[in-house]
Order: sequence, then C-alpha cells, then structure tokens
Amino acid sequence: MKLLIKGGRIIDPESGFDRVADLLIEDGRVAQVGSSLSESGVEIFDAAGLIVAPGFIDLHVHLREPGEEYKETVASGAEAAVAGGFTSICAMPNTKPVNDNASVTRYIIDKAREARLANVYPVGAITRGSMGEELAEIAEMKEAGAIAISDDGRPVMNSQVMRHAMEYARDHNLVVVDHCQDTCLSAGGVMNEGRYSTLLGLKGMSVAAEDNHVSRDVILSEVTGARVHIAHISTGGAVEMVRRAKGRGLSVTCEVTPHHLALTDESVLGFDTNTKMNPPLRSEADRLVLIEAVRDGAIDAIATDHAPHHADEKMLEYDRAPFGVIGLETALGVVLTVLHHQSGIALTRIVEMLTIGPARAFGLPRGTLAAGAIADVTIFDADREWTVDARRFKSKSRNTPFGGWKLRGRVAATFVEGREVFRAE
Amino acid sequence: MAFNHKDLLGIRELSVEEINSILDTAESFKEVSRRSIKKVPTLRGKTIINFFFEASTRTRTSFEIAAKRLSADAINISASTSSVTKGETLIDTARNLEAMAPDAIVIRHPTPGVPHQLARLIDAAIINGGDGAHEHPTQALLDAFTIRERKGRIHGLQVAIIGDIMHSRVARSNTHLLTKMGAHLRIAGPRTLIPTQYEKIVEDSEGSLTVCDRIEDAISGSDVVMMLRIQRERMSDAFFPSLKEYSIQYGLTAKRLELAASDAIVMHPGPVNRGVEISSEVVDSAHSLVLDQVTNGVAIRMAVLFLLAGGKTEAHSD
Amino acid sequence: MEMKTKRRIMDAAGINRALSRLASQIVERNVGTNDLILIGIRRRGVPLAERIADRIEQFEGARPPLGQLDITLYRDDLSTVGPSPVVNRTDIPVDVTGRAIVLIDDVLYTGRTVRAALDQIVDFGRPSRVELAVLVDRGHRELPIQADYVGKLVQTTEIEIVKVMLADYDEDEQVIVVEKE
Repeated sequence: MKLLIKGGRIIDPESGFDRVADLLIEDGRVAQVGSSLSESGVEIFDAAGLIVAPGFIDLHVHLREPGEEYKETVASGAEAAVAGGFTSICAMPNTKPVNDNASVTRYIIDKAREARLANVYPVGAITRGSMGEELAEIAEMKEAGAIAISDDGRPVMNSQVMRHAMEYARDHNLVVVDHCQDTCLSAGGVMNEGRYSTLLGLKGMSVAAEDNHVSRDVILSEVTGARVHIAHISTGGAVEMVRRAKGRGLSVTCEVTPHHLALTDESVLGFDTNTKMNPPLRSEADRLVLIEAVRDGAIDAIATDHAPHHADEKMLEYDRAPFGVIGLETALGVVLTVLHHQSGIALTRIVEMLTIGPARAFGLPRGTLAAGAIADVTIFDADREWTVDARRFKSKSRNTPFGGWKLRGRVAATFVEGREVFRAE
Repeated sequence: MAFNHKDLLGIRELSVEEINSILDTAESFKEVSRRSIKKVPTLRGKTIINFFFEASTRTRTSFEIAAKRLSADAINISASTSSVTKGETLIDTARNLEAMAPDAIVIRHPTPGVPHQLARLIDAAIINGGDGAHEHPTQALLDAFTIRERKGRIHGLQVAIIGDIMHSRVARSNTHLLTKMGAHLRIAGPRTLIPTQYEKIVEDSEGSLTVCDRIEDAISGSDVVMMLRIQRERMSDAFFPSLKEYSIQYGLTAKRLELAASDAIVMHPGPVNRGVEISSEVVDSAHSLVLDQVTNGVAIRMAVLFLLAGGKTEAHSD
Repeated sequence: MEMKTKRRIMDAAGINRALSRLASQIVERNVGTNDLILIGIRRRGVPLAERIADRIEQFEGARPPLGQLDITLYRDDLSTVGPSPVVNRTDIPVDVTGRAIVLIDDVLYTGRTVRAALDQIVDFGRPSRVELAVLVDRGHRELPIQADYVGKLVQTTEIEIVKVMLADYDEDEQVIVVEKE
C-alpha cells in the first residue's frame, strides 16, 4: 500500500524541511521525501497549492466517553479531530467515571481502535476521582496506555498532594498537566475579572488565580524535577513565569487555545454562553501577550480544550451554563486567521505548535515527516476562506464561539498512518 | 424625541434623548397619579407579566400599580431559581411565557443577562426589573426623575454613591445614567466591595466618575448622596467584619451629611437598614427623598410600560 | 408626504371673526361665565381656548378658568408599529364637578378625539354639562357626536385634510384644505 502526495509545500519543523516536494508513504511510514518522485502502482494525491504537514496533535480534548455520550463519544470526537486535521488527540480524564484507573484507560483506547480515525491518547487522573486527595493508580494507567496525568478542571489545590504527584510521575516518566487555578481566588467566577465583569455584574475570576497556581507549579517542578505542562495558559503573568522557568532550564511547557488567541472578555457583552469557558476569555492585553509568546516560542503548543456540551445545557442563565467550547474543527482556521494572516507569524512556526511542539511536550513518537516516521499527515489550504457553520460539524455538540465567523485556512485531507481518514468535499 | 425600542434592558444602551423622553413622559403620568381617579384606559386589554425570580415586594408592587393605573391586566409570577426544574432551559421558559400572549414582561432575575437572553427569544417587550448585579434601569430612571424634580437639573450636579457597589445593579445603572446626563459621580465604600476598574465602566460622557478612598471625600460638597443597601450575607464572604463596624466606618450619619451641600438630598433605593448604612435621623430628615423615590417609581414605570406596550403612532393625526 | 393646497377656507380675519362669534354664543347660552370652564384639546385647541377666553373677558369682565387636555392616553387609534406617541401635559386647574365645561378643538372630523376627551374629563369628576366648540366642522362623523358651537361648516371629501394654522405654532394664520399627492 503506497501513497504519493505530489507537489505540496512540505513543512516539517522538526527537520527544518520547507519547500515544494513530493512525499511517498509506504506501509504507514514516510518512505521518502524529494523532488519529482515517481513510483508505479501508487495512489496519487495532488497537493499542488497546498501545505503538507505532519498530522496535528491536540494535547487537550474532552471526549465525554464514558458517561456523557450525548455530548461526544470517542468516535465522534475522533471524527471531529480528523476533520480538523488532528491525527492525535489527548483525552482528558474527567469522564464519568473519571479515568483514574487502568480499566477506564483501556476502555477509551478500545473505543478509539474501533473508530479507526485519530490516535487517542488517554490522560490519566492525578488523584482518585480527581478529588485532589489520594493519588490515582498512575503506573497502572501508564501501562494501559496513559501518556500524561492531569486533574483537568479540578486543579489539585493541596500543594503537598501535588508535590507527591510530581515526584511519583517523575519516577514513571510521565508529564504532569495542570489546569492552573487557585480555586479559592476564583470561587464563583464565571468570566475574567476586569472592566467587562464589572460592567456586566458577573462574578470575575482574577488573573491572580491562574498566576498564583502557575508559580506554585513552577516552584514544585524545581523542587521535584518533574516535567510539568501548564494547560491552556491564558494570562500575561503566567506566560512570564513559564518563560522564566524555561530560562532557568526547568522542564516546564505550556499550551494555548485558539479561543484565547482570538477572543477577549469583551465577547461576553452579549451574554452568549458560548463565550463561557475556564480559564475565561481574558483581556486584550493578555491576548496580545499570548500571541507574542507564540511568536517567540515561550508557548510550546496549540491545544483546543475541545469541551462539548449539549445545546440544552448551554441555553441557560450565564452563571448556570457549563464552562467550555468545542474547537477541533475550527482550530486551524482560527489560528491561521489570527496568527498568520492577522499577526504575520510564519506558517512554519504555526505548524510547529500543532505538531512537534506538542509531541515533545508529552513525549509522543509523532509530529514529523522525516523518513521512517509514522505517516500521520495533514494537508491544508492556508488561504481558503470559509464560514463556520456549526450545523456541519462532525462533533456531536455545537457549542462554538466562532459560529458565523469567516476564517482563512482549511483542512483538505488527513491521513493517519498512511490511511486517508478525512478529505474535504 | 421618540422612544423606539422593543425592550428596556439597561441604561447603558440608551441615549440622553431617550432617557429624557422617558423622564418627560413620566411627568404626565405623575399627573395621572394625582387625580382622584388614578386610572387611564391606555393599556386596556394588554397583559403584563411580572416575572420575578427574586423576592421584591417594592419593585413588583410598583410595576403592578403602574400597570393597573394604565388599565392593563397585570399578572405576577414568582419563581425561585432553585425550584426551576433541572433541565429547563431558557427556551422552555420563553415558550411558556409566550404561550400566555403577554404584551410586556417585567423580569427580575439574580443572574445578569437573563432579560437580554429572553429578549432575543420573545416577541413581547422585555423590561429588566433588575438582573443580578448588572442593571436596574427603572430604578435609575426614577432616581434621575426625583433628582430632576428637586434640583431642576442633573447636569453639573455632584453625586455621591456610597456602599456595596460590587453587588449593586442600582449603582451601575445610576452610574451610566447620571454620567450620561452630565453629573459628576464620586463612589466610595469598602475596597472589598468596589469592583475592579469601576471607573472605566462609563464611556465618554459629559459627566465624570471618580472612585474615592474615603467616604468623606465622596460626600464632601455633594448635591446628592445616594446610599446603597448593605446585605448581611456579605459578612460571611469576608467583605467586611461586622455590621457595627460597617455602620461606623461607612454609614451616613447626620454628622457626615454636614460635609455635603447644605441643600443636599439623600436617596436610598430601599429597603433601608436603619442604623446600618444610614442613620434613622438622616432617613427621617428633610434631606431624605426616600418616599418621593417610591412615588416617582410608579410614574416612571407607567411611562416605561406605556412606551413599550402602548400603541405606536406615526404622528398625532386627527 | 407631499401635500397640495386645494383651497383656503379662512384667513386670519376670518378666524378672528369666527372666534368672536363662538365666544359670544358661549356666553349667551351659559348666561355669563359663572361655573364655566374652557378646556382646550391639545395642541391647537389650547390656543383657541385662550383666544376665546380673551374675548369672553372683554365681553363680561371676567375670565373663565382654562384647562388643557392631552388625549393620547385615551386614544383608540394607536397602531402596533412606529415610534411611541409623545404624551403631553394634561392640566385641569379646578375641580370640574358641578361645572359647565366647554371643550374646544380646531377641527371636528370623526368625533373620536372628542370621545377620548369626554372619557378623560369624567375621570376628573362629574361636570354638570359638557359642550363642544370647534373652529371647523368638516363632517364624516364616525361617532354620534355634534358640536354645540361651530366656527365654519366645510364640505370635504375623505381624502382631504383640513389644516388649521395658528401663529402660536405655524408660520401663517389660516385654515386650508390640502390633499395628499
């Protein structure tokens, strides 16, 4: 089984390769990259005018299975992923039950195998039930296939528990992913604390809640030597702390979501509950810091924090509606529009943030098109304009803040291990 | 200047002309309330629902009287947010209300934005009767009416707003309205109860907004002193230590009132906590317009109901 | 909307003469000014009521009390579109109970304005009698209402509009018939 992707601009930030070339895939691996490759008996994909990149990796998605299959399943989430160009997704453990033991981990992996779409990497819980008290069976989950641990959505507030989690995770070479939020400081908050929360009378969440928690994790990373990954970083202060930690040689990485790069708390003015997520949309000043941190490398990865909710759950009062928005199928369009077309950030850098950046952060054996690599490939048109229509999403949920947006940049085709899993109509 | 909105959701969206048109209309309705037969047939056959998710005798009664003086049928629905069954969405709520074919719905809700969310789903006029700590437009309008009635103007007045600004929709709506109308506002209260960047919530206006460190700085030289109600439950969230300390540090006493202009007026949206945010001596003094505010509330709400639920016209033809 | 002037019914002098005649008829029928209240219907009924009061004062040496009615709140012809109507002040300075009221308006047409005014007056009390004085009666009544005092009776078609122009509000002082173009 051979596939020849012809005439595309191949961008592989890991190897520094960036020019128009052909890509030959054989038995699920990259066989050859070069000019005017020709081979008999191969399937040809004409990529002229398109970008050919390693398959995108999303470090942060919520697949809702087991437990809330009406919002999303592993299969529907994987289908949304490949439609958005993501060949690998990391599934957060806040399912029902919580993925805090090997049987849930294996269940998710089995469901992903059945779907045969994206690679699904489960993230195990740090603590039992994500209650923040006792450690979950971390080593067993790793053996079952978990690639990181996190109590995403329920930050571990007890610093001693977090210290032990980091020490233990280090023994088992797992990255600790933290949703950084001092939940005492942010208690009751539903949006960013600032001019707009004051204007709207909605309870705010101070940037201090995130900054405080990030600084604790950086200090604990130094104390324990553990690898720490800051999920969905959203404040200028937190970015600065990560930058300093990296400068001191600590193993601290971080990710940013497309919505934090594209939107600010001003969007809450219309009380649309699809502007409600955690961490909340921040100020314009924070947004600009995030964009610069993408440009200069302080941020390692773009992750969607894809968080499906049913329309009935979102159609509530602003303070009763759940946090979270979906993002797999809009991520590429949003980041290309905001980072590349509006802010002039090079395509190579953006591809890096979607591929080898996240692969390195979690230690995943993917994210490059070097000869011999696993042939996860995403082909996209960086200039193609399209309008977001949530009704056409593959995801089971529709809770996007980008409905009706005109975006520039769209996935043309997605291949997982050389197999075509998505092609645009 | 004609008023041409489907809903009254907040003061922030209104122009100075629109505010004036409501205040002027209310003058005519104040006259109606002085007649021996305090009723006009204007909204005969119209249905007005007072949909209150929070206990509020004062505002609900004021809207009810206003509706009845306009000959509308006023129906009160009380609901507590806790009793709204889980799974009932705002769309369900909206459909249930629409099924009663109301011409206007006054809604009071503890969550900011609910009137705005419902206004997008419902054809009837939506009047915000107070949404969380966001806006309470009719209260600000009746306060402005009361100030204008007593002082003859709003432009150029010094107005102090004192107390729990953070949780106060009255403070926000008054801040928008009074600065739009050219008043100079000074805000004071415990720092814990003044929300971040409060001085930035108003857009360019003829007035001004200053947050003061001391209550005395805010009151000093003021033409209007507006006191806000302090809720007991704020103590448990560590906003301030005790009601006793609050009243000593931030309460309006006759002595503190001496700092204001000699003809200063004192206002309070009610209900008053005597001896806490305001002393009995001040409430009962000639400076206090607390009861005028209640009387004027009916006139303002008649004007708002008339403008939103009343008939429309292209011009006065005969 | 463009209007075409079709004909002039009264000039300033004509209006003056009509008002003098209305004033003397009112005094004659009411046997003086005791218990009399003149109430103008806004807008143009108000200056007309003042001018009639001026003339009554000249004849009798006593000026009857003046009131003004804004009938907006009593109208039956408000539609569901367009801007909200502007409500103006209603001011009845004395108790109407037991008094003789003369309602004054510029043009009597369908009778609906007068119906609204009557409804409003009874909300203020129980007058002993209510009469109606108009500068122009143009016919086409839709309600059983007749004027007691008429300045001028004018034949019109339904598409015509009778415009009373008074120096108080308008650039000229005259009564004309216009038609929509």
